[in-house]
Formats: sequence, structure tokens, C-alpha cells
Amino acid sequence: MNQKNIIVIGNGMVGYKFCERLSNKDTKQQFKIITFCEERRPAYDRVRLSAYFEGKTAEDLSMASIDWYKERNIDLYLEDKIISIDRVNKTVTSIKGKTLSFDKIVMATGSSPFVPPVPGIDKAGVFVYRTIEDLEEIIAYAKKCKTCVVIGGGLLGLEAAKAAQELGLKTEVVEFAPRLMPRQVDDAGGEMLKRLIETQGMTVNLNKNTKNIVGDASVTAMEFNDDSVINTDMIIISAGIRPRDDLARASGITVGTRGGVLVNSSLKTSDDNIYAIGECVVYGDMIYGLVAPGFIMADAVVEQLTGNSAATFTGADMSTKLKLMGTDVASFGDIEPQDKSCQDLVLNNPYTGVYKKLLISADGNTLLGGVLVGDASEYGSLLQIYQNKMQLPADPMSLILPRNDDAESGIGIGDLPDTAHICSCENVTKGDVLDAIKNQDCDSVSAVKSYTKAGTGCGGCVPMLTDLYQYKMAEDGIEVSNALCEHFDLSREEMYQVVRATGINTFADLIAQHGKGTGCEICKPTAGSIFASVFNEPILNHASLQDSNDAFLANIQQDGTYSVIPGIPGGEITPDMLMVIAQVGKDFDLYTKITGGQRIDLLGARLDQLPAIWKILINAGFKSGHAYGKSLRTVKSCVGSTWCRYGVQDSTSLAIELEIRYRGLRSPHKIKGAVSGCTRECAEAQCKDFGVIATEKGWNLYVCGNGGIKPRHADLLASDIDKDTVIKYIDRFLMYYIKTADRLQRTANWMMKLPGGLDHLKAVVIDDSLAINSELEAQMQHVVDTYECEWTNTLNDPEKLKRFKHFINSDDQDETVQFTREREQIRPLQHSGKALK
Amino acid sequence: MNTEWINVGAVVNFAKDLGCCVKVNGRQIAVFNLSENNQWYAVQNLCPHDKRMVLSRGIIGDKEGEPKVTCPLHKNSFSLKNGKHVSEGDVDDITTYPIKVKDGDVFLQVVV
Ligand code: SRM
Ligand SMILES: Cc1cc2nc3c(=O)[nH]c(=O)nc-3n(C[C@H](O)[C@H](O)[C@H](O)COP(=O)(O)OP(=O)(O)OC[C@H]3O[C@@H](n4cnc5c(N)ncnc54)[C@H](O)[C@@H]3O)c2cc1C
Ligand code: SF4
Ligand code: FES
Repeated sequence: MNQKNIIVIGNGMVGYKFCERLSNKDTKQQFKIITFCEERRPAYDRVRLSAYFEGKTAEDLSMASIDWYKERNIDLYLEDKIISIDRVNKTVTSIKGKTLSFDKIVMATGSSPFVPPVPGIDKAGVFVYRTIEDLEEIIAYAKKCKTCVVIGGGLLGLEAAKAAQELGLKTEVVEFAPRLMPRQVDDAGGEMLKRLIETQGMTVNLNKNTKNIVGDASVTAMEFNDDSVINTDMIIISAGIRPRDDLARASGITVGTRGGVLVNSSLKTSDDNIYAIGECVVYGDMIYGLVAPGFIMADAVVEQLTGNSAATFTGADMSTKLKLMGTDVASFGDIEPQDKSCQDLVLNNPYTGVYKKLLISADGNTLLGGVLVGDASEYGSLLQIYQNKMQLPADPMSLILPRNDDAESGIGIGDLPDTAHICSCENVTKGDVLDAIKNQDCDSVSAVKSYTKAGTGCGGCVPMLTDLYQYKMAEDGIEVSNALCEHFDLSREEMYQVVRATGINTFADLIAQHGKGTGCEICKPTAGSIFASVFNEPILNHASLQDSNDAFLANIQQDGTYSVIPGIPGGEITPDMLMVIAQVGKDFDLYTKITGGQRIDLLGARLDQLPAIWKILINAGFKSGHAYGKSLRTVKSCVGSTWCRYGVQDSTSLAIELEIRYRGLRSPHKIKGAVSGCTRECAEAQCKDFGVIATEKGWNLYVCGNGGIKPRHADLLASDIDKDTVIKYIDRFLMYYIKTADRLQRTANWMMKLPGGLDHLKAVVIDDSLAINSELEAQMQHVVDTYECEWTNTLNDPEKLKRFKHFINSDDQDETVQFTREREQIRPLQHSGKALK
Repeated sequence: MNTEWINVGAVVNFAKDLGCCVKVNGRQIAVFNLSENNQWYAVQNLCPHDKRMVLSRGIIGDKEGEPKVTCPLHKNSFSLKNGKHVSEGDVDDITTYPIKVKDGDVFLQVVV
């Protein structure tokens, strides 16, 4: 075969990307790709290098496995470096003595950290931050250190400083310039950033020029030109990069006056057969120290080699976003006005730690650049406006003003032109994404991701990608499937109807006849809940379908222990019963708290203690409070006419009656109720799924209220009705909700999506417009008649009790569960023994 | 490295389609017995997300045919076959252990 040899020198992020793109595109197999990698392992994600400190392994960071190169017939020489290029005879020679001939060379040698020539810089304890090996050395050395200084307050320096801090070192940053990130932010932004960094416990020193590094064999301190001294156990240098142009120089290839392999817009060096791409390149006086421009260069060379000789590189955007947890910083375009005519808009809020600046052309039409510190949430949409030179809104300030969730954002995804970059790491445009949806049958966000590769780099564009996908679906009028999960095409409502209609009462039958596979954490609990709503068997009869809390009839806590909440209908409790709870709390040393639902929570019980605790409670007359279930929780009450001087009806008695009637009722989400004795509404009935308020003539019934995440005021369903009618309407309402709601949809949310809304619900519940009320009432009566306390049932069943043990082959307790004490009660400790935040 | 097969109890002790935790040389290992094809799996009991000994209490299922367990705390899912984290987000993978059934008893292979 007459293949051309392409030798890729350097297998870093950009060299790898070149190999990937060329091998994808070269369908005729014209080229044989050979790549030399100086490092010990093939290309890895240097951008996410700091994740290595958080426990990511080299394997996690790897861009592709060694097998990947084999599959694509790419020859990969690891730990081997090209030391000379013979341009006349067209060969390269490696340090291990390999000589190979080439047709084309692609230099992707990257850059190396700039190490300032300060006396003492070669002492032990001074590190750079570029490779996995550098990080391994830093981690090993840091074990014997308490303090660290990072030289350089730029993008990478701050990242390194954060990493050092995470290693437990007291960290200082030293910057030569008068502000942090001098290349990305302006003075005021730098000032805000300094404050944000300092609140995270780091010290920032500006205007500092290192004069000398002190120490015998290893570093102990740094001296500066202003004669100040900082004592430190180690130093990380992050003072900029130098393109690796040594091989180019040695081979007689032209380099830039300030270094870097010089290329033209075709990415050709002074030798026509040699290209250069990535961080080693200087183009138009610029060195592109970011990965996205390198990928664009790789693409352009691939295009040229595969026939599109017009493909060029004409510069790339240097917009950046700092990826430090807890510190939002981003900039794009110009950060300072280039001439007097342009205007700047500044938002500077020292109280919230947010600084934002936009630079706008004199005519107010175009965005020229911007700086965001403290809150970079608008970065994505601002970048789009900037890159696509889009028309600005009349008041551009609206683009950076804080806004609440409901407000329309300044610019919709639909407004973007097709050329807009959605993913800059992978160079994917809006047009590419639309094409993938339309012509490549990509029918989900993940399908778009795997086809276009968008969102597979830094991941920052995924929200925008998702928006775009949903926008396109809505535009095409395609309904996003309401299938439960990959195992069932049915929605929850359809599954409920199947179960009602067929009487299927095991998951095995349900999935065999109506689904596929073995199920998952979505369909199993949904089916379990439906079986319980319909047949009302104790839920542990289907133990393997139950989710976290239901699986052990208790709420799992963050440390893996459980809470115990006995039912206290209407919040009414005798002193004797209170004493039982108190005794249990004392005997088992449980954290005891009054809940927001008028009952008492006992927290910190181990799995193996639950049966013993419940045995005592049940013997004393308590029943399960179902605090763990998607089921009725509480019916809150006030003291009502029995005691209160304003009360007009006995709200406590009705609350108790309702709680006892519906306890144990399983539903798509939890249900809460309340009864107030008068219009003063002390039981907060208007924020409950069902709420009853006493009137002079009877009761007003409210439905579909919610506290919690998004409060919703309940709707008045019927006024001045008697108690029997209250119960009849609630029976019908709840059963209709259980029949039609989606999984995990509270009544408030269900109402907001219910076609016809409140009028429809009134028609069904009051006027029986669907002629299903007798059915709904009978279904509810079945649940009421078959009620059984789940804990009583479990305590009487040795098979079910078997699971309430931490180990099945030992009576030991889980020794990782540990407590400390606070305000005289227990409080969980982290696995590592540290107190939880 | 020496490995050894350790008997962790009779098959009948392990409920089907549910997890159980066993203690092996001080280590906590979660064992799952799937009724479909009678498959057995063993993984670390520690969820790498919040570092709690809870995976044996997770619900089991499959993702595109690959058996998985879902942590009861925050619903991160892990392949039972190879321990890979298979749900959204950035969570480490978990360790799996060889497991076999012989003469009615369950054995795990661990490094001793
Ligand atoms: C214990 C308690 C807090 C307390 O110490 O007071 C509590 C604790 C929890 N609540 Fe709550 N809520 C408690 C009263 C409330 C209240 C107040 C009330 O009921 O009057 C509300 C607002 C009212 C409402 O629901 O509309 C409330 C709204 C929520 C929500 C938001 C629900 C919503 O639809 O917006 C959640 C999240 C969810 O369910 O998805 C939640 C979820 C939880 C969970 C289950 C979080 C979790 O998944 O682990 C907590 C577990 C409790 C446990 O392990 O025991 N909790 N929670 C209260 C128990 C009441 C009880 O006796 O059963
Ligand atoms: C900690 C850190 C964080 C970063 N964060 C970001 C970020 O958030 N965003 C961003 O855009 N960029 C970031 N970068 C920069 C980004 O990593 C680089 O832009 C990118 O890696 C450049 O790719 P490259 O292939 O040109 O160079 P490199 O990835 O450096 O690869 C060059 C490879 O060539 C090898 N090599 C050199 N000479 C030879 C030779 N003669 N023979 C064989 N092999 C040779 C080198 O050993 C190296 O492995 C970050 C960098 C670091 C270190
Ligand atoms: S408010 Fe949040 S933290 Fe507090 S109990 Fe409710 S869910 Fe838990
Ligand atoms: S601890 Fe397991 S998912 Fe969070």
C-alpha cells in the first residue's frame, strides 16, 4: 500500500486530537500516523490535571487507551523523544535511536513552564505544575510540609494554589504584577478576585519580585526585592509558559523573535512539509496557551491533508473561565477599552463579592469584551453575543443584572446564528448540533454528545447544549417521551392503569409483560408504589422494589443511620406516650427533635437497632408515622373550638380522624393535610395537599397547596360543607391524583399541569363528570379497610427482620458510624472521624 | 499478592434481588444475588461519593443490560460487573470482588 507517513511529534492534548481527527477523516487510509510521546503515558487531559489531587487517576484523565491507538493502526512510541529532523533526507531520529522517514511532520511539542532564573530555584522543594509526574512529586513532598508559596497569580497559579490548599498546606500566592490574573481581568476585577481568594483562607501578595530562594539543600524561605521575607516549606512555580521550540531551532526551522515555532495561516512552518500546532506555535505574535485554539489548528491541518487546501487558522478566541470551585472568574474579548470612544458598563457589589464589566462599542450595538468576577453565570450567553457580533438589547445592563429564575434571559438560544459556537473545546457550532438532530437521528442530548463530541471536553457547554436540544424539540413540536425509563415505555399513569386493569401484582410479571430488562431505581419504586396504592399490601412484601427509606421503613440519614418518627395523629399526645418516646431516646441515645410536622424525630439509630426501638414504641400503642414513605405524612391541627376562644369547630378531632383514615395511603409523592379551627388558620391548611378550615356553617376544603421548594397557595374546592362531604371529596380527590399524577409529582405540581385546572377538578370531584366517583370511593375504602401498621407487620415476620442487620455473617456493628456530642446530644461524625460541616 | 477464597455463608442467607453486607477480614463487602440467571456480584460496601458504608442497601437494576446498584444516599449508580460509576456526574468507580457459589455456600476472593 502506498501510504504517506505522517509523524506527529508530541502526544499531548493537541497531538492526540490531531491523531483522532485525521484517523476519523482519512477514510481512504492514505496516511500512516506515527506519534512520538516523550511522556510515560499517552495523551491525558492536562486541563483537568488538578482533578488528580481529588483522587482522579492517570487512567481517568487519559484521552485514549493504548489499545485505541492500536485499533486505529497508529504507531505510538511512548517515552521516546524526537531529537533531530533531517529535512533533506526526510527522516527523524529519536533519543532511543529510532530513525523513520516522513512525508509530513506535525509538531505538537507543547510548552514547558517558565522557571525564572532566581538564585536557589534549583533547591529541593521547588516544583512546576504541568505533568502528572509533577503532581505526584508535589503530593509526596507536601506530606512533610505545612506551608506553600505559589509563584504566579494567573489562571494556572490560582489553580495550583487551590490544589496546595487542598493538600492541607497554608498557601500564599506571590504575583509580580499589581493584580491577580493580569491577563484576564482588569484592576477592579483583580481587586474583587483577591478578596474572594482571601476569604478562602489564602494570602495574596502583589507587586512582589522574588530575589532569592533561601535554604540549605531544601527551600525554607523566599526573599523579595522589597526586602520582605516569606518562610515556606515548598514552592510551586506557575509563572507562565515557554513554547517548546528547541527541536525546531536545532533543525533550522524559523522560530519567533520571542520564541515559538513560527507558522503561517496554513500552520506551515518555514519548511513546507512541516506543520506545527498547539502551544508550541507562535502565530501573528500570539502564543495560544489554551487548548481550544490548539484543537482548531489540528482541525485545519487535517482539513488540508484530506483535500481542503483552503482551510486556514486565522487566530482564535482567548476567552477563558477559571475552573476553581467556589470562585467564578471569566473574561472574553477586550478587558480594557482600546480607544476612548467605547463605553464600559460596570456592576461592582462589594457586599455580594460580584464584579462585572462589559465593554461596548461607541454606537452601543456591539459587545467588545467583558470581565466577570464572583458570578460568571452569564459567561456562556455573553460569549455568544460577543463572538457572533449580535445586536445588543436597548439596555445592555440587563445582561449582567442579577435576575430571578422566572425572568426571561437577555438572549434566547433561538436567536443565535447557526455559526455560533456551542462547544469551543470541540469546535461544534449550533448548526452542527441541529444537523446531528435532524440528519443523524440523534434523539437525546447524550446522542448529540456522542455524535458531535460537544460537551465532552471541559463540559461547560452542556447546559447550553441541553437548552438547544429542548428548543429544537419544542420547535419541531416533538413531544419528549414520557416513558418512565429505559425499561418501560409506559408513563406512570399508564403503568397504574395496567396494574388496575390486569391485576398484575409482581414486578417480575409486570416487566415480563410490559417492559424489558431487569428494572432500575426509577421503575422499581414506581411499580412498588403503584402496587401499594392499588392492593395495599405491606410494602416489604416487595422489599426489592423499595427505594432508600422504604427499604428499611425509616429515613436514611447522611451517615447511613436512620431516623424513627412514630405517628402522632393531629399532633395530639398524652404525657404517658411522651414519656415512652423520651425513654426510647434515652435508652438508645438518639438525637431527639420536634419536627416541623407536629411530631418527634429520633435520629441516629443503626439499622440493627430499628426493630428493638419499634418494638417498644408499638407495644406502647404507637404506629408507624410513614415519615419514610411517599404516602400520607401528617394532618396538622390547631386546638380548635375545644380550647381556643375563637374556634368555631373541633379541628383537632377532624385532623385526627383524617390522619387515621388516610395513614398508610401510598401515592406518587408525599401527602400532607391540616385542619384549622377558624379563619386565623394556625394549622396552615392553605399550604397543604388538602386543607380544611372551619366556618360558622361547616368546613371549607382547600386542595393542592404546598410549602417546601416552591410554595403554592391551595385552591378552594368547596365551601361550607359538612364533615361527611369533606371526607367524600378528599377520598375522590386523592384517588384521582393517585390515578393520574406522574411519579414524584406533588398535588400542587399536578394541579398546575392538569388540563382544565381547578374547574376540571371540581367537575370530577363534585359533579362526577367522568362518572368514576363510586369507583374512586370504593378504591379508597379498600385502602382504609386493609390498613396495617407496616412496622407491626414487619416485627411479626422473621423473614423481613432478617434484613435489619448490618452484616449477615457477623453480629458486629458498623464501626464506621461514629458520633460526637453537641448541646448534650449525639451528632454524626464523618467517615474520616472529622465533624461534619 | 496472595489471594484466598473465603466462605461468607450459606446461599439461603442471601435474599434474592437485594443486597447484603458481609464482613471479610475486617472489610465490608456488599453481595448481590440477582434472580435473573442467578448471577452473584460482590463490590465494596463504601459509596465513594460521601464515603459511607451503604451500597449493600442500594436498589439494584440494570443500565442497558449491565447490572448496577444505586446508592441509597444520592442515587449514584455503579456497574456490578466492573465497578464503574455509570450515572451522571463525577464520582469514582468502586472495587469488585470475585465471587462464587460452591456446595451451597458463597465464597469471596480477597487479598490476604
Ligand atoms: C424531619 C423534618 C425536618 C424537621 O426536623 O422538622 C423533615 C425532614 C426531611 N424532609 Fe421535609 N421535613 C419535615 C417537615 C417538612 C415540612 C413542614 C411541614 O410538613 O409542615 C415541609 C414543607 C411543607 C410541604 O411539604 O409542603 C417539608 C418539605 C420538604 C420537601 C419539599 C417538598 C415540596 O414539595 O416542595 C422535601 C423534598 C421532597 O420531598 O422531595 C423534604 C424532604 C425531607 C427529607 C425526607 C429529605 C431527605 O430526603 O432526606 C428529610 C428527611 C427526614 C428524616 O430523615 O427524618 N421536605 N418538610 C420534618 C418532618 C415532619 C414530620 O413530622 O414528618
Ligand atoms: C494545570 C493546568 C491547567 C490548565 N487549564 C486549562 C484550561 O482551563 N483551559 C485551557 O484551555 N487550557 C488549560 N491548560 C493549558 C492546556 O493544557 C494546554 O493548552 C494544552 O495541553 C496544549 O496542548 P499541546 O498538545 O499543545 O501541548 P502539551 O499538552 O504540553 O503536549 C505536548 C507533548 O509533547 C511532548 N513533547 C515535547 N517535545 C517532544 C519531542 N521532541 N518528542 C516527543 N514528544 C515531545 C511533551 O512531553 C508533551 O507531552 C492548562 C494547563 C495546565 C498545566
Ligand atoms: S429543610 Fe432541608 S435540610 Fe432541613 S430537614 Fe428539610 S430537607 Fe433536610
Ligand atoms: S454517598 Fe452514595 S451517592 Fe452520595
